[in-house]
Amino acid sequence: MREISAEKIAETVAELCVTANYQLGEDVVDALKKGLEKEESPTGRAILEQLLENAKISSEGVFPLCQDTGFSVFFLELGQDARIVGGDLNEAINEGVRNGYTDGYLRKSILADPIKRVNTKDNTPAVIWTDIVPGDQLKITLAPKGGGSENMSEVAMLRPAEGAEGVVRFVVDKVSRAGGNPCPPVVVGVGIGGTFEKVAWLAKKSLLRPIGSRHSDPFYADMEEEILTKVNKLGIGPQGLGGRVTALDVHIEVHPCHIASFPASVNMQCHADRHKSAIL
Amino acid sequence: MAEAIRIKTPLSDEVIKKLKAGDNVLITGLLYTARDAAHKKMVELIEKNEPLPVDISGHLIYYVGPSPARPGQAIGSAGPTTSMRMDPYAPTVLAAGSKGMIGKGEMGPGVAKALQEHSGVYLAAVGGAAALIARSIKKSRVVAWEELGAEAIREMEVEDFPAVVAQDSHGGNIFNQGREQYQID
Repeated sequence: MREISAEKIAETVAELCVTANYQLGEDVVDALKKGLEKEESPTGRAILEQLLENAKISSEGVFPLCQDTGFSVFFLELGQDARIVGGDLNEAINEGVRNGYTDGYLRKSILADPIKRVNTKDNTPAVIWTDIVPGDQLKITLAPKGGGSENMSEVAMLRPAEGAEGVVRFVVDKVSRAGGNPCPPVVVGVGIGGTFEKVAWLAKKSLLRPIGSRHSDPFYADMEEEILTKVNKLGIGPQGLGGRVTALDVHIEVHPCHIASFPASVNMQCHADRHKSAIL
Repeated sequence: MAEAIRIKTPLSDEVIKKLKAGDNVLITGLLYTARDAAHKKMVELIEKNEPLPVDISGHLIYYVGPSPARPGQAIGSAGPTTSMRMDPYAPTVLAAGSKGMIGKGEMGPGVAKALQEHSGVYLAAVGGAAALIARSIKKSRVVAWEELGAEAIREMEVEDFPAVVAQDSHGGNIFNQGREQYQID
């Protein structure tokens, strides 16, 4: 068994918290630049220019990309031949978040209880999804998730008779109703299949794919293109003030499902499409 | 893009009436920040006829929960939060003398009506341009409810803070107008 220390995990997580919140991915920067070429609205163009300038300022490491530095959502891939030593895995992740959010001057946005609404003051606990995979490494991916776009997300238990058209209709309608709220231009994460909870997870997982990447199944790759085209005809535009660039991309993830079911989900991601990974 | 109109807070009805949905503005002067938790407390005080901790007359409320300031900086990143969460509170705050708000995303029909009744204006700042916006914030201090952390009321001194008139005092709404202009059937 290969040993990975809890201390090393906490250190790595703290670094990921900072880089994810200050350094926008190249794929997002490129997509915003391409958006600028397509955008016809003068206000929309001005907004896209401001977002590119914002990413540049943020990369200097003083001001995070957005004041909403998000819920710390982790996707772990833990090799079955690796062993965590010197502490608890989940506590190591939370320790990293605590340190990263404090040392990185990031906002603490997590409430200990949804109704009593008292802030935990260190952005913990994180949401942690762990997959056990072959191998002896640990891959840690952090996707800090802002509240504004998360609030515009939805799960629908469609009827199987609705088919592909039903999914497309549900997703486009959801983006339409969300308008300017999720901070467009957005990345639209779509889950299809699985169960009630699995389908929401799929949509979130799909947001980790680089902008511009397509589903490996040509059928779903075409569906991604179809939804993207339809969404960009809505006229919502950057920040909902009108324009052609409402979404930078659409990503679909699929899972087998029950004969009676046809779950679908949308997880909206704002233009601050932040995620960073490390392998230990 | 058309040249921006420079406005100074506190705002008069005369200035507000000239602002039309879609206009670009640059705001200079004081702003008061408040989000969900501070609005809940403010509205409770207004309904009990008790004074607010700050005088909001003629002022804009900025819907923001900034990230912490680094040493030597006035503020951390400070972009707008989603305005519609303040829909239940905004008409009461406008009736109490505020002249409008800065946020992102559309506000509901109740707010649109209150903006017309009280001569108010809703300005949209660019959500997620939080590092850029921070540059226009020259000073910031917590003036009430420090225990709310990022949600406390802050007084901010801003210079040429960029925003777009989103919903005006005449019923104009850039979210509807912009979408109609650019949608493809």
